[in-house]
Amino acid sequence: MNIIENFDLYAPRLVDKKEYLCSGHRACQGCGEVLGLRLMCKALGPDVVIANATGCMEIISSMYPSTAWEVPWIHVAFENAAAVGSGVEAGLKALRRKGKIADRDVKVVGVAGDGGTMDIGLQALSGAMERGHDMLFVCLDNEAYMNTGIQRSSGTPMGASTTTSPAGKVSSGQKTWKKNVPEIMVAHGVSYVATACPSYPLDFINKVKKAMKVKGPSYIHCFTVCPTGWRSPSEMTIKLGRLVVETGIFPLYEVEDGKYRMTVEVDQLRPIEDYMKPQGRYRHLTPDQIEIIQDRVYQEYNKLQDKINGLHAWSDLQYEWGLFD
Amino acid sequence: MKKKKWPEAWHEVNPGCIVFAPANAREYHTGSWKAQRPIWDDSKCIKCGICYIFCPEGCVTQQEDGTFRADLDYCKGCGICAHECWPGAITMIEEG
Repeated sequence: MNIIENFDLYAPRLVDKKEYLCSGHRACQGCGEVLGLRLMCKALGPDVVIANATGCMEIISSMYPSTAWEVPWIHVAFENAAAVGSGVEAGLKALRRKGKIADRDVKVVGVAGDGGTMDIGLQALSGAMERGHDMLFVCLDNEAYMNTGIQRSSGTPMGASTTTSPAGKVSSGQKTWKKNVPEIMVAHGVSYVATACPSYPLDFINKVKKAMKVKGPSYIHCFTVCPTGWRSPSEMTIKLGRLVVETGIFPLYEVEDGKYRMTVEVDQLRPIEDYMKPQGRYRHLTPDQIEIIQDRVYQEYNKLQDKINGLHAWSDLQYEWGLFD
Repeated sequence: MKKKKWPEAWHEVNPGCIVFAPANAREYHTGSWKAQRPIWDDSKCIKCGICYIFCPEGCVTQQEDGTFRADLDYCKGCGICAHECWPGAITMIEEG
């Protein structure tokens, strides 16, 4: 077979073979989050400083006395991955100015889970994005506090059963909708915001590479599957990541300077039962409740489509009005 | 004296608990976790690299002849490679 004709099929072989997050980390079987982290490190390369908030990825990669990291890495508290990342960036800038380190591009990356981004770390993230530091922030969203034993976070979707939003006679799982953090980041005027999923590895790697080239803040929201917390089989990790995109629950798009673009087009959305069926956390839902969630998914998806198709992006308007010529 | 991989007694712990070498988690073999192991059928393999890109451990590597193998010292037996391999070249078999 010709490699050029089947480029997408054979493209995994073109990815950087070097591993910056080595084998021997203690992630669960079939962890989607560590796969996201591994692909992210491959895309970033060696010239990088990572500030990692507390969470699964910190616990499994740096269990004393061993570390799985081959790149400079700092563990910070739950709430300040973005704050430490911006401090590192300012420090590197000062050292470079004084001539104490070589003058080369070193990207600072903040990594946090959904709790460290959406709940606890939101103010630090908001501050770092607002100050315009030259850093990338990656949220690895597995939709609950999996590290401490599956407690609900503001990233937990409606109806999901966790230990602090249990399903039973009175309650039917999480009672609130998922917080839309990529949209909050767009509202900050961040120059590059994207959503990604490791089930689409080349799409994810391209987005990280694009975010690296941005001079200024950028944000990537990475949807990662957690077989332990979602009560799903470990081999279904990649399949569930694909289903969440195909059902329209988590569409993959990017926002460059206010311009929305869908990166993975879905012709016909699949019903969300396909996505919910393999997962134990949705087992208790009745067809009526699934109907309500389905309506919301269509509504959110249409809202996003409107932003992509119908509206003038902010940067277009600026050009048309000629305010800054 | 051979350089130690990590502190083995209390007086060998350095201030700040700094690790002795980067990526020394390689010394910790997680392969004992697995209940199933992947087996490759090279006649079906089309050498696309899907198993390599989707392995959360990063333990699948390409050999000289282009086929892929998992390093069973680290493979946790999650079964992602067997589930995602669309020519069906990988099967999971029980350990032992």
